[in-house]
Amino acid sequence: MTSIIFPGRFESLAEIAEHVRKEAKAAGLSFMETFELETAVDEAVSNIIEHAYGGEGIGDIVYTCRQIKDGVQIILEDHGQPFDPSCVPTPDLDAQLKNRKNHGLGYFLMCQLMDNVHFEFTENANRLTLTKRKK
Amino acid sequence: MEITNTQFKHCNVVKVTGRVDSATSPQLAETIKRINDSGRFKIVMDFSELEFISSAGLRVLIAGIKNCRRYNRGDLVLAAMPENIHAVFDLAGFTSIFKIYDDVLTAVGSF
Repeated sequence: MTSIIFPGRFESLAEIAEHVRKEAKAAGLSFMETFELETAVDEAVSNIIEHAYGGEGIGDIVYTCRQIKDGVQIILEDHGQPFDPSCVPTPDLDAQLKNRKNHGLGYFLMCQLMDNVHFEFTENANRLTLTKRKK
Repeated sequence: MEITNTQFKHCNVVKVTGRVDSATSPQLAETIKRINDSGRFKIVMDFSELEFISSAGLRVLIAGIKNCRRYNRGDLVLAAMPENIHAVFDLAGFTSIFKIYDDVLTAVGSF
């Protein structure tokens, strides 16, 4: 299990993605599964910076990767505002271009691409666990 | 991420290499805005070297296509999209919004 603290800045995204790809490779995930995990983690980290912290440079993100029997778990912890997934509207994917609203698209992608998305909120931290299993 | 913008007679070809995420998407937005500000609204996005795009990048493309298509003055089309990137567009419901061409030459020829 590896834990790394990243500054809550968008420039951390590329470095986090490198770690995700390395762990996915070690777990034997396919190219597409790796890409899906990278996408979900990117969306999750971006949401933490944008919504939990409300901007860049406000707080850190603790990234932990755990190899599981048939895949990988990525755990992201922050100390920002707790996130209520039930408040995120499902994007209308059939909406015409002029009516297209893309709020909630990142969370939607995260849920679609992962086998499991789990939020935990304690007094001190928010913890998001993303699980990706090999097909 | 690297962006090259090549101006042709009928359209601009914007080649995006690498990652489009929350850190880099403002640069892509700025490129599209500069093209539009110069009075040009026909754009081909060359995605042949695109490795990754997040929802932040997708939002930039939606804003771009809306502005290009306004008053029926142009379009923003996509070309040479890798399979994994196409899968994300499909999941987000974007494949019915954008015209997607197999190669850049065909996309340029569509204008």
